[in-house]
Amino acid sequence: MTRLQAGRRHDVRFTLNGKACAGEAEPRLLLTDFLRHKVGMTGTHVGCEHGVCGACTVDIDGQPARACLTLAVQIDGCEIRTVEGLAPGPGRLGVLQAAFKRNHALQCGFCTAGILMSLDTFLRAHPQADEESIRDLLSGHLCRCTGYAPIVRAALEAAAELSDQNREKTDA
Amino acid sequence: MKPAAFDYLRAEHLDEALEVLREDGSDARIIAGGQSLMAMLNMRLAKPRTLIDIMRLQDLARIERKGSTITIGAGVRQAALLAWPDLAASLPLVALALPWTGHVQTRSRGTVCGSIAHADPSAELPLVLQALGGEVHLRNAKKRRRVAAKDFFAGMMATTRADDELIEAVSLSVTGKRCAFREVARRHGDFAIVACAAVATDSGVRLAVGGVADMPATRDLPRIAGSALDDALNAFAYELDARDDVHATARYRRDLVRMIGRDLVREVLQ
Repeated sequence: MTRLQAGRRHDVRFTLNGKACAGEAEPRLLLTDFLRHKVGMTGTHVGCEHGVCGACTVDIDGQPARACLTLAVQIDGCEIRTVEGLAPGPGRLGVLQAAFKRNHALQCGFCTAGILMSLDTFLRAHPQADEESIRDLLSGHLCRCTGYAPIVRAALEAAAELSDQNREKTDA
Repeated sequence: MKPAAFDYLRAEHLDEALEVLREDGSDARIIAGGQSLMAMLNMRLAKPRTLIDIMRLQDLARIERKGSTITIGAGVRQAALLAWPDLAASLPLVALALPWTGHVQTRSRGTVCGSIAHADPSAELPLVLQALGGEVHLRNAKKRRRVAAKDFFAGMMATTRADDELIEAVSLSVTGKRCAFREVARRHGDFAIVACAAVATDSGVRLAVGGVADMPATRDLPRIAGSALDDALNAFAYELDARDDVHATARYRRDLVRMIGRDLVREVLQ
């Protein structure tokens, strides 16, 4: 059994956006604060801190999850993906991000990082996603600007584009 | 909105977790998926001295079928149960209710047993456990015991689990009986204002209601319809002692019990 003592910092080793990463965390440190303050990745936002708003959603081992309801020490050995991992390179946007931009699927942008991570993990697993399943997924996020319609539109566009890409790959 | 300090223990054997529970009792808490407990810690509604993580115990992460009994271990995440290929055929009520438990983003980590241990009065899994007459498998350092759902829930977020016990698993029986589930919430996946489950019985139907009383309540009804059914549902709705709160009035909750109850009873008795 491993006992990590309160008030002391402990090594946490994990994979962040495909690269090995390590940091120190007290047992009580949330994954949100760990990513933002210890690792310096501020793309993951902190909203309600009790799992309701979805702003802090990240990908843990291929599943969308609330970083605010996860302790940093729990993710030791896990694969984490955050919004910083979505763009293919500096100054470029991923398929989903570009669809959000085209469709004005964000205004203030506070909820966007979490929504992108939910959609990214979901569309990887379900490239043929329909509007109903996307709306069900979005029920785990609060957006107070857009009214959700442009977000749904962007998600459907991205889904169509991603499944086209997959098709080309399999035809080749 | 940050947890108070605690020691974090990563159990590699169940015995270790049980030993710490024996020593620390109510000062220790088990964390599995953490989707209820972490919110309590963040709001400092819970301030344990020790947190025992049981998610590295592979033996607990199993769904097992023996005869007509399905046992769901303490490490089984809600998403894993939802993805279990036999779910709809074996436990159709669970298949109906589980998509209403939280969101995709919380079911990915939250466990079935964790939700039952938390015993939120509006949660779907305690409701389903009550409706199906399931059992909770408790264990401490010395012995195991099984408690029927009706004897497990003791009030708002309160259960009859002793401080030195953990939930090892819950079990449900496979029945081919008709069932139905419906829930009203402001947003899909939010806490239910009212959630109802109905299961056919030999003599009629069992109706279970969550979100109204301080724990899920059940009522066995004979095969009745029309005004007899309305009267029975009305009496049940009043007995639940609904309260006004920020989400809904007591009267609205009683209305939902009557309306959803009638629809579900009809659906199951059809």
